[in-house]
Amino acid sequence: MEHSWIGWIVFLPLLGFVFNIFAGKRVGVRVAHTVGVGTVLGSFLLAANGFRMLTAEGAPLAFTSRMWTWIHVGGGTLPELDLSAALTFDHLSAVMALVVSGVGLLIHIYSIGYMKGDEGYARFFSYMNLFSFAMLLLVLGDNVLLMFVGWEGVGLCSYLLIGFWFKHLPNTTAGNKAFIVNRIGDFGFLIGLSLLFWGLIQAGHGTLRFSEINALTPLLADMRFMGLPLLDAIGIFLFVGATGKSAQIPLYVWLPDAMAGPTPVSALIHAATMVTAGVYMIARFNGLYILAPTALAVVATVGAITAIFSATIGLAQNDIKKVLAYSTVSQLGYMMLGVGVAAFSAGIFHLMTHAFFKACLFLGSGSVILSMHHEQDIRKMGGLARKMPWTFGTFLVSTLAIAGLPPFAGFFSKDEILWKVWESGHKGLWLLGFLGALLTSFYMFRLVAVTFFGENRADEHTKSHLKEQPWVVVGPLVGLAFLATVGGFAGVPHALGGANRIHQWLEPAMFHHENGAHARWQAPALVPPAFAAEDGHAADDPGEATRGGDGHRLPAEESPGEVHEEAYAHGEEHAEHPAVDPAEYWLMIISVLGAALSGLLALFIYTRRPDIPARLAERFKGLYRLIYNKYYVDELYQATVISGVLKSMVALARFDLKVIDGIVNGVATLTRWTAVVSGWIDNGFVDGLVNGLADAAKVAGDRLRRLQTGRIQNYAYAVATGTLVLVIIGLLIGFPR
Amino acid sequence: MIGLTHFLVLSALLFTFGLYTILSRRNAIGVLMGVELVLNAGALNFVAFGRFVEGGLSGAVFSIFIIVLAAAEAAVAMAIVLAIYQNIRNIQADKLDALQG
Repeated sequence: MEHSWIGWIVFLPLLGFVFNIFAGKRVGVRVAHTVGVGTVLGSFLLAANGFRMLTAEGAPLAFTSRMWTWIHVGGGTLPELDLSAALTFDHLSAVMALVVSGVGLLIHIYSIGYMKGDEGYARFFSYMNLFSFAMLLLVLGDNVLLMFVGWEGVGLCSYLLIGFWFKHLPNTTAGNKAFIVNRIGDFGFLIGLSLLFWGLIQAGHGTLRFSEINALTPLLADMRFMGLPLLDAIGIFLFVGATGKSAQIPLYVWLPDAMAGPTPVSALIHAATMVTAGVYMIARFNGLYILAPTALAVVATVGAITAIFSATIGLAQNDIKKVLAYSTVSQLGYMMLGVGVAAFSAGIFHLMTHAFFKACLFLGSGSVILSMHHEQDIRKMGGLARKMPWTFGTFLVSTLAIAGLPPFAGFFSKDEILWKVWESGHKGLWLLGFLGALLTSFYMFRLVAVTFFGENRADEHTKSHLKEQPWVVVGPLVGLAFLATVGGFAGVPHALGGANRIHQWLEPAMFHHENGAHARWQAPALVPPAFAAEDGHAADDPGEATRGGDGHRLPAEESPGEVHEEAYAHGEEHAEHPAVDPAEYWLMIISVLGAALSGLLALFIYTRRPDIPARLAERFKGLYRLIYNKYYVDELYQATVISGVLKSMVALARFDLKVIDGIVNGVATLTRWTAVVSGWIDNGFVDGLVNGLADAAKVAGDRLRRLQTGRIQNYAYAVATGTLVLVIIGLLIGFPR
Repeated sequence: MIGLTHFLVLSALLFTFGLYTILSRRNAIGVLMGVELVLNAGALNFVAFGRFVEGGLSGAVFSIFIIVLAAAEAAVAMAIVLAIYQNIRNIQADKLDALQG
């Protein structure tokens, strides 16, 4: 069955890019943004239709579209690698494709208003389309290499769009920083891929398809690489790539600087989609990570530390976009924490809700920035709630969502993650996550209070122009705020009487190996295996499952419902009446109360008692300065890595000049001297020999010529003398007989 | 009594004189005369051997051959000498070095 519509999801935005980059400037803004928005709308509609097909009764687990044979090597005695450029639309990539194209669509619409009058209008839409193409390729790619193409593509677009206003130096510098830091991560990613491929070849399987890799990872379980289990090494190296793309410690430094780009870019690339690629990648490799407990522990730990670390930085920033940027880093940390305790669906759930509310927050900040005549310092804002009611309303909804207050989306997803962390036994990581959630609530309500409440502190000119933005800007805000409100109902946990539908939905994309070694890490991911009973689209028809393009999918008798019967002694019972741990309620209550109190505290302090923060900052001067300056991480990198690189560069340049050039020049001098000697030998000796021979022959000829006098008598004389001599000799020694 | 030896001695003398004439005369005619002496020394040798050694008339026949040959040679040589003389007005043998290398 051929599903070429998957290809159109990916390639429609590419067509838009090609059109706008070549013709966009000539056809005018209306055509340019119509094409830009239209292609993404097309992708979204196709993805939505694909989603509908997946939910249909008896649908396969995945649709695969094989476009062309890409790499075909090996065979014979070598393992064969037959790799197609293929796209897969399965349960996981369906969610991602919907988020990318859906949120992307709203942000494209918003850009019509935000980028109005910009001289690079068509160029902006072409880059955004190129980004949509690369991101959709990343999430829909059927194999690792295709994902990597998308992975690099989004990095390129990120670079292009951060430096979109390239006439301003800091923007291009920020673009460079993002690109270079991402390259460092990508290097790790490539090492991970190479190790993975090496391991698979060792196991005799030349493949790079996700479905096959996930199914085959148990074969790699006993291999080792430099003392580490191979799977852990692969997982850690892949995660290095994720730390770059998803802005985790230690490679998060590029993301706050990336706010130099236009605000829709910050919303689409640096909040909603691209930065979540690392989370998606780990969720996609779930079959691998579930067998790599050390790698998972690294992921979870880094995620938790990132979450709280960047949340503290967010407390003291005064640039509205910088606050949101550190908030994004922090939320990405939560996603990593989620996937790091093998709760892949929880991580993806938070990815989705975060895409909604963070895109909304960024677009809202963009709306504010537009009204404030491109002023981003919140200390010069204030009192905007009355002037911009729609922006304020949507911003507030999203703030409630990110703070984790029910019934908004963030509550369900963040709580799911925190609960999974608690359940997996990592109480310390849970505490970090919980404190991070309190801080999140605090800095977000601080942002709301300072921006929207109180007196306006802008200058008179700006004040007089303050007004709500037109519908192209407000419309997407409302749409995203709506999603941020209802998005969470996709994953209402059992504890609250829901069915955790997103978890069940993603279950077919999760791989579970029958290996007890990882039971502790596996357990959290396996909760109720009952999706087959409920949604009716599951793997109860094995033929359908394999026809969907996944030959290595779990065979029918291993459909998740049964596989885990051993792990979960009362699995079936679970499906009907999920037994809820009372701790889940307690954690929920604690985190909601904590977030609410911390948010109210922020509102109170920043509206009624603005003197408190100032006095606190005065009191704890050192600490405040440390946080305000982002822990001096950039300075630390400047002092260590960057200056180290620069110094080594100077040293290498010197080495180049002295040693390499010296060697080259030495060789040249040596050659010259050899040539001189050789020339001397050639001229003096060889030529001398040749000329000498010639001269000798000439002289001999000259002398011998004299014998040939031409006078008959001389010849006769010679004959006579010769004869006489012969006769005399004959007489003396006897004639021969 | 006159024997073979006498003839051979005479013949050797005749040959020597002829050879000396060939080598020493500058006039080409003189050289030709030397050649005649050498030829006749040879002919005398043949006749003497024909007379004193068994062999029938073959010695005499050879002498006649030599005489005829000498006549022919003299005629050709004289013609060449005349031709040279007509060309360069000179028959000095030591000047005729056109075969010089």
